[in-house]
Amino acid sequence: MGEDFFQGYRGRALAVLKKYNVRVWGQTEVETTRGLFKGTVLPRSENNDDLHIVIKIETGYNIGIDISTIITMTETGYNKANYKIPEKEFPYSDDKPNVKLFGTGGTIASRLDYRTGAVIPAFSPGELYGAVPELADVCNIRTEKLFAVFSENMGPDQYKFLATSIGKEIASGIDGIMIGHGTDTLHHTAAALSFMVQDSPVPIILVGSQRSSDRPSSDAALNLIHASTAAGHGDIAEVMVCMFGPTSDEYGFLHRGTRVRKMHSSYRSTFRTIGDIPVATVRRGEVRPIKQDYNPRRSDRNVKIMPYFDENVAMVYFYPHMKADMIHSLIDNGYKGIIIVGTGLGHVNRELYPALERAQKENVAVYMTLQTIWGYVHMFVYETGRDMMAKGVIPLGNMLPEVAWVKLGWALGQTNDLEEVKKIMLTPVNDEITEREPYNGYLVYQGGVPEVEEFIRKVHK
Amino acid sequence: MTRIDPRRNYDKTREEVGYVDRRLATLNDYKRIGFMSGLEVHQQLKTGSKLFCRCPAGILHDHDDYDAEVIRHMRPTLSEMGVYDGTALMEFRTRKEITYRINNRTACTYEVDDTPPFPIDNEALDIAIKIALAARMNIVGEVHITRKQYLDGSIPTGFQRSAIIGVEGYLQLKNKKVRLIQLSLEEDSCREVSDIGHKRVYKTDRLGMPLIETVTYPDCLTPEELAEAAEYIRFLNRSTGLVRTGMGAAREDVNVSCEGGTRVEIKGVAHIKWIPELSHNEAFRQFALLNIRTRLRKLIGDPEAWSLKTREITEEEKEYHFTPVREALDRGEKVYALNLTGCRGILSHFTQPGRIFADEISDRLKVIACIEKPNMIHSEEIGDVNFNSLFPEVAIWLSAAPDDAQIILWGPEADIPTALETITERIRLAMDGVPNETRKAFEDGTTMFERVLPGRDRMYPDTDSQPIPVTTQMLESLGHNLPVDISSRILQMKQWGIPEDAWHYLLSKNLVEMVERIGNELGYDFREVGIMIGHRFRNLEGRNKVAKGFSYQRLYDMYAFMKKEGLLPPVARLMLPGVVASVDPDFKTVIAATGYNPATLQEIKAEVKELAGKYDEICYNNDETACVNWVMGQIHMKAIGTMRLAGVRKEVSDILENRDK
Repeated sequence: MGEDFFQGYRGRALAVLKKYNVRVWGQTEVETTRGLFKGTVLPRSENNDDLHIVIKIETGYNIGIDISTIITMTETGYNKANYKIPEKEFPYSDDKPNVKLFGTGGTIASRLDYRTGAVIPAFSPGELYGAVPELADVCNIRTEKLFAVFSENMGPDQYKFLATSIGKEIASGIDGIMIGHGTDTLHHTAAALSFMVQDSPVPIILVGSQRSSDRPSSDAALNLIHASTAAGHGDIAEVMVCMFGPTSDEYGFLHRGTRVRKMHSSYRSTFRTIGDIPVATVRRGEVRPIKQDYNPRRSDRNVKIMPYFDENVAMVYFYPHMKADMIHSLIDNGYKGIIIVGTGLGHVNRELYPALERAQKENVAVYMTLQTIWGYVHMFVYETGRDMMAKGVIPLGNMLPEVAWVKLGWALGQTNDLEEVKKIMLTPVNDEITEREPYNGYLVYQGGVPEVEEFIRKVHK
Repeated sequence: MTRIDPRRNYDKTREEVGYVDRRLATLNDYKRIGFMSGLEVHQQLKTGSKLFCRCPAGILHDHDDYDAEVIRHMRPTLSEMGVYDGTALMEFRTRKEITYRINNRTACTYEVDDTPPFPIDNEALDIAIKIALAARMNIVGEVHITRKQYLDGSIPTGFQRSAIIGVEGYLQLKNKKVRLIQLSLEEDSCREVSDIGHKRVYKTDRLGMPLIETVTYPDCLTPEELAEAAEYIRFLNRSTGLVRTGMGAAREDVNVSCEGGTRVEIKGVAHIKWIPELSHNEAFRQFALLNIRTRLRKLIGDPEAWSLKTREITEEEKEYHFTPVREALDRGEKVYALNLTGCRGILSHFTQPGRIFADEISDRLKVIACIEKPNMIHSEEIGDVNFNSLFPEVAIWLSAAPDDAQIILWGPEADIPTALETITERIRLAMDGVPNETRKAFEDGTTMFERVLPGRDRMYPDTDSQPIPVTTQMLESLGHNLPVDISSRILQMKQWGIPEDAWHYLLSKNLVEMVERIGNELGYDFREVGIMIGHRFRNLEGRNKVAKGFSYQRLYDMYAFMKKEGLLPPVARLMLPGVVASVDPDFKTVIAATGYNPATLQEIKAEVKELAGKYDEICYNNDETACVNWVMGQIHMKAIGTMRLAGVRKEVSDILENRDK
């Protein structure tokens, strides 16, 4: 196929460009009923209307021209942009640890996409070094692009492939692993890797950014620096998420992959450890553990890679007056496991009971987690809870709903024996269920309270 | 080697450049140096909310009035065209840690870049389009939000969201046309609290408030023309009644160049009256830099090969521990002696009144290397406290040649590499001519280096927002009620006979329309109303006699009241002090308090007769004129609202005449 000279234009706007023989990246003069406009024609996002042509004017600004006002237009030159982060070879030094960075996509490294007008992932060690040269002071980085997908498009196939790739890297002697990932489902992948890669001798750090790297105030660079410190130098050999502690550019947290959750749509400090405290902080080249009970780095290469996943697992967020057909339809469609996200201590309404009974009869695994996010499922407190347990619903303690979904898929990927599945589900791999909740595992303070306000004024948010 | 006399060198170079005091400068001086300048006028819009979030606009806080702080660092990113912007790279070298102070009343998560933008404020968009229409611009078909990079930290995102509303308009000044490049709608930046070393603190109250930026072509050929253009843009903006006034609501960036120079931008000029002096000095500074270039090119063979020779002054080199050196060492800083090949007579070369080329270097050390002043001494110091007599020793130590100059600089160890780079760069730039930069304005008319001038490479489309169509219907509805053009307003005032010294005030307060309404709707004489407001009211305002919150509409109400009462214009003069003393004056009470006692024509005539009789009793001569004057004095306060005093005088004369017969 030849070059697309009219990138993103369609319908009436495309017809106008063709009529006057003006290409995208062509310099143009447009005479309109609103006066004369001069500039370079830019590609147009496919999702925008077909009534305007976008040009970049001499001062660097973009403007749109209403095609219905165009009297005539001519192409006076051609100047195609070459959007590329300068590539420089990543320097190697013998005294630095070797870290592998797997790319999956997401905003950790990204560039402008004219098709959608949004940013798309871009990734190569050279680009990375060009954008964040400080990384070379931390470790030697090799990169490998496994996929280029937005985090919402990550799924079981990617989890399995990632786990296997990690296994190979560990076998070949790497000192630490980083995974660049979009943030929306970063915690799903973190949970999946926690189960699929067990007893790792080296840190496995998932990292993303809440502000794409095409912004000067992006958190990408600092997150990468923190993550590479944790992966290359840190002593904690677990699957962890490394993202901003406060929203300020100060330090990062390392969150256990099974206890972490994205809690705000846009804050930099969106990832929080739920029902526990983070494993460590990372600041200025140093990993400082907060928790003492972590798996330390080892020199052996004895890692267990368990890349299993059965996709027939669903998650149902309960709402009042939910009808039994919600569960029936899952069973009808061949789902083998269901995670219910129930109210309060882990409840659903009576209307679901017949469906739960059918699930039990037809060998569908049903587990209970919580909408409250924090706290334990407790199905003995009320009669409904006991009714449900009698119908085969198994409480999952303080396992997070997303983690439960991942774990059930992973368990069913290993066996169809529901007793076996139950054993797997209730035996924590790495704190997905904890025996106790520390008093400081739930800290959601409210603004407006004088002592809270005083605290907020003193520490950097 | 003969020592240079820096003071004489300064005077001599000042003469070489042909610097003239602005008050003595003629058109020929500006022609000689090729003065060229234009403006970027920033004007805040009067909206309820900020531009991209729903925080209230226009509430400002003290430095310490904040609820929380957030820390950020800025990194350069690529432009849409795939290149890094020069300023961006410079700002990155400065490695500033930026603290934002947040007050919950005026900032939300959007301001600190923790939430994407909300849809643009429609009120602001409408005002911007209206002003662009009034400036006769070509209005875009679709508004595209663009990110303009600012790595100084003045905006927490690292970019300003900005959008072009119109391009290519013009202003009609008294004697010339100034063309406009574009008008954009953008969000205002943070206000700086402090900037010391590597730490800069901003507050976020003003951040995000909508403002428009009107950019002119460099069509102004004298500083006065430039100030006039600034005034016109201000009048135009205010004529809509939809913009903010007061401290900081309107700020000008002044672009200046001289023949052979470069566009240099003087940022954030708060007062139009500063513009002439600043632009005058800047044009001559550039002319001086061109002179420096000529001299350097003579002294330095290969600019490419030019480099600094440096030697560290450590604890051991006691003979060079001049006071500032000793102090720096005591602070634990590093000190370097530098030899600048071929720079003799350059460091003390005139640049601006009271400024020399060495200041250009010291300014950059402060801004780029973050070393607070004083950060250096040199061999051509002009001040009373100098170490010039000690520098020959330094020169020998550095094995300097006679044509060289020397600098001793100090600062924290980590900043030294950037400092040395900065000095080398500045000298190289001097061999090239006038560097592209933005400069900070001072009240005395001088400027200092602020940043490398950003170019178009710092623009990037805002991927967080959708383009906004500007339909023909929108333009029709916004365009039908446009403010009258400033040049037409001036013509109007001329025709009405309003004295010229009242024009500026009436235009700047957008009161010409008020005069017009009072004249048209109430039938009062434009000239009298114009003088009443443009002189009398302005005077009261200037003397703080006008109540806080007093609305100009009350002036109209006062005339409406007078009309209802059938009173003539001179009454306004009596009433005005009382009217403006409160926000909501009761006109009846005000008029009673003036002692004015309205009388009918009949009553006046009767009283004149009575007074004439009285005059006869007390008079000691038979002077007719004296009699008329006395009666006028007695009757004046009664007659003022009913009859023109000339008419009263005629009445009085007639009555007296008739009485005599």
